[in-house]
Amino acid sequence: MDTPKGAALIEILSRHRDALLTEWLDQHLSIALRRGLTTEAEMREQFRSFLNVFTDALQRSDILDANRPEWEPVRAFLAEMSAHRARQGYTPVETATFVFSLKQPLYVRLRTELDDDPAALSEVSWNVNLLLDSLGLFTTEVFQRSRESIIARQQEELLELSTPVVQLWEGILALPLIGTLDSARTQVVMESLLQKIVETGAGIAIIDITGVPTVDTLVAQHLLKTVAAARLMGADCIISGIRPQIAQTIVHLGVDLTNVTTKSTLADAFTVALQRTGSSVLTPSATA
Amino acid sequence: MMHVGDVTETLAAEVGLRSDEEIVRLRQIVRDHAIAQGFSLVDQTKFVTAASELARNTLQYGGGGDARLSKLTNGVRVGLRLRFVDRGPGIADIERALRDGFTSGGGLGLGLGGARRLCDEFEIQSEPGKGTVVSITKWKLR
Amino acid sequence: MERIPILRMGNCLIVAIQVDMHDRLAIALQDDLTERIVKDKAKGVLIDISALDVVDSFIGRMISNTAAMATVLDAETVVVGMQPSVAITLVELGLTLSGVSTALNVEKGMALLQQRRR
Repeated sequence: MDTPKGAALIEILSRHRDALLTEWLDQHLSIALRRGLTTEAEMREQFRSFLNVFTDALQRSDILDANRPEWEPVRAFLAEMSAHRARQGYTPVETATFVFSLKQPLYVRLRTELDDDPAALSEVSWNVNLLLDSLGLFTTEVFQRSRESIIARQQEELLELSTPVVQLWEGILALPLIGTLDSARTQVVMESLLQKIVETGAGIAIIDITGVPTVDTLVAQHLLKTVAAARLMGADCIISGIRPQIAQTIVHLGVDLTNVTTKSTLADAFTVALQRTGSSVLTPSATA
Repeated sequence: MMHVGDVTETLAAEVGLRSDEEIVRLRQIVRDHAIAQGFSLVDQTKFVTAASELARNTLQYGGGGDARLSKLTNGVRVGLRLRFVDRGPGIADIERALRDGFTSGGGLGLGLGGARRLCDEFEIQSEPGKGTVVSITKWKLR
Repeated sequence: MERIPILRMGNCLIVAIQVDMHDRLAIALQDDLTERIVKDKAKGVLIDISALDVVDSFIGRMISNTAAMATVLDAETVVVGMQPSVAITLVELGLTLSGVSTALNVEKGMALLQQRRR
């Protein structure tokens, strides 16, 4: 930026660097420290680096436009900072304040410096204002995107966590389903169960729906598809944990479960599974 | 390359469908591209199976034709589209042809309806006497 | 023309489909199997499809029909080793091979055939 006003800005930034730093820290540090996630030295260092890339970009540009390529390093710096803060649990406001806190100290300096030229003062202030606004909004955008990717990743992890296939006995698997079943989740459930059947060579799989709050036609269909796919591979499924109200819904919905073995509890299903695999459960009274 | 809305479509392969062996070749080509696009194993299998069903339709009822496979991108989403074109007798009643159990060739009649269930998007255009164009699309999950 | 080999073990016939079959090959296999059931007086047929990564409605129908024909010829059919992705796709396609016995692998399939014969 070789205009006199731009030069004034660069001049201010480099001359009052330490003062700006201190004032900015005064405004921002309380927020950052309250989180207990950082130290004053770290904050100071972060802001110093920001001022460096900021001044650097300023020197290389003619127009104060954060979208121009000269500002790429600044955007990259802020993107990293925002993503980091999103992971650490800062709020979007606290993150954007990193940029906005620079406004007041800078404006005070500009006013002292350009006291004799009101027209220049208002123009530079306006431009700086716009620039810092767009940089601030940029941090919010990156923050939002980072949060979304965190949520997406957590959803995936949750999906995997919520579909554990356990081996109960030699040749017997159990899939305790918990929570609402939708199409995406059912596909994951189905795949992990069938995959586990191949891996373990288990001939019987018990699908326990005690933890599934509601069974609608779609869920019932998904269950039936899983049972059908397992049968094609050569394994039998038993559905257990059917509560009275779910039994009622199934009948009212007209879902045909006649070809599927159903048991009210996982224990009952396990007993049936043991019998089918040739084992049996003996209780003391039975042996006496 | 072609842009429709935000979807960019790039032609990846073209296979003539005039014999049984070419259906097998199409299955292999579709499988390779589905792997390259990062489809899950189940989605690969679904798309390849749908391709096989429609390729057989093209061969048996359309008297042979062509299959064009293209790669799709829509922002961060990627997918595959497969278009079957024949100059056969066409289908008079598309609604009926899509129903399970409908067949004019002695099969189970799961071809069109089944292929539709295996994909995310399904389009069919047909004019009696002119031919049929069927297009199927599958997107990679997330 | 290429053919899929059929092995005999005791009174069982064993087929392991290792190639991506085109339709004529599938029909040829069906013909060969029914002929061999009669010629070898086979009582069981085991079809291993663990190497198949696609089973469409045509091959599915061929398998169903073969099983039905075998039943008529007094032989049991068991299909073994279907991959999970193939099973999911077949169900979605609406093909459940209802008249066909299935087993997870060749060993379990053979055990099933022996057990049924007893």
